[in-house]
Amino acid sequence: MSDAVSALQGRVATGDVTIADAGLQGMITLRCDLSAKSLKAACKTMGLAIPERGQISRSGDKALCWMSPDELLMLVPYADVAGSLASVEQGMKGQHYLAENVSDARALIHIDGPFARDVIAKLAPVDLHPDSFKPGMVRRTHLGQIAAAFWMRDDGAFELICFRSVAAYAFDLLAASAKAGPVSDVRAS
Amino acid sequence: MLILHCPYCGVDADETDLHAGGEAHLKRFGPDSGDEEFENYLFMRENPKGVHFERWRHAYGCGKWFLAARCTATLEVFGTYSAQTTEPPQDIKDAISAKRPGWAWGDLS
Repeated sequence: MSDAVSALQGRVATGDVTIADAGLQGMITLRCDLSAKSLKAACKTMGLAIPERGQISRSGDKALCWMSPDELLMLVPYADVAGSLASVEQGMKGQHYLAENVSDARALIHIDGPFARDVIAKLAPVDLHPDSFKPGMVRRTHLGQIAAAFWMRDDGAFELICFRSVAAYAFDLLAASAKAGPVSDVRAS
Repeated sequence: MLILHCPYCGVDADETDLHAGGEAHLKRFGPDSGDEEFENYLFMRENPKGVHFERWRHAYGCGKWFLAARCTATLEVFGTYSAQTTEPPQDIKDAISAKRPGWAWGDLS
């Protein structure tokens, strides 16, 4: 088998806000009736709870993101994808659902620093005021010209996913936004 | 800039996150219909200055279609609601009536 590499191959842009490739991340797209009991049970065996609308539910190194009324994104360690996929398939047997490994189709980028909110606020049409966008929320939107989704960790850092083919664009955009400084500085100058 | 509330995601989505889908509440006329009915269904659209009902898709978000009631003259949005309905829910109609008494749109008022 070939060695899997992430799209950005470990790129890091250091600064007040650091933009970093998160490396390989296991991702499973799950489409089905989110209220199905079997889904709840299948996720529970992995220690995960079904997230509320627009939220992410985490448990250790795994997480479930709410993507749409009938879609979840399951985040697991890259090496655990096959096992997690098997347990979902086991739990959802006989039902109408879709579970697909999309790990290699996406890129995950970490945005960490004091004005990480501003870095994204400049690029996405989303209200990122601390009163509106809180840790645990997931938002699918676009970043500059490309589709992206991001969520905020409890420590204030952001994690952002985009398609692999546009990972370099997303990274450069975020790095430029971080380099330009926080929004208040932009206003003042 | 238009900002619409996506009833599925529960977030306020910017116009650039959305895709416009034309007039809402079209009644389909198929192969068994008359020429005039079919022509009306295919080509004839409301073009109001004022209250209008439209289809929108949260393209960069959940990807779902929803319907919106807004004013074409002021860009005021009266509300958004599920696409799985053949006419606007009463609360949307009430919201419009409060701001635009005596409004009419197609067969609706």
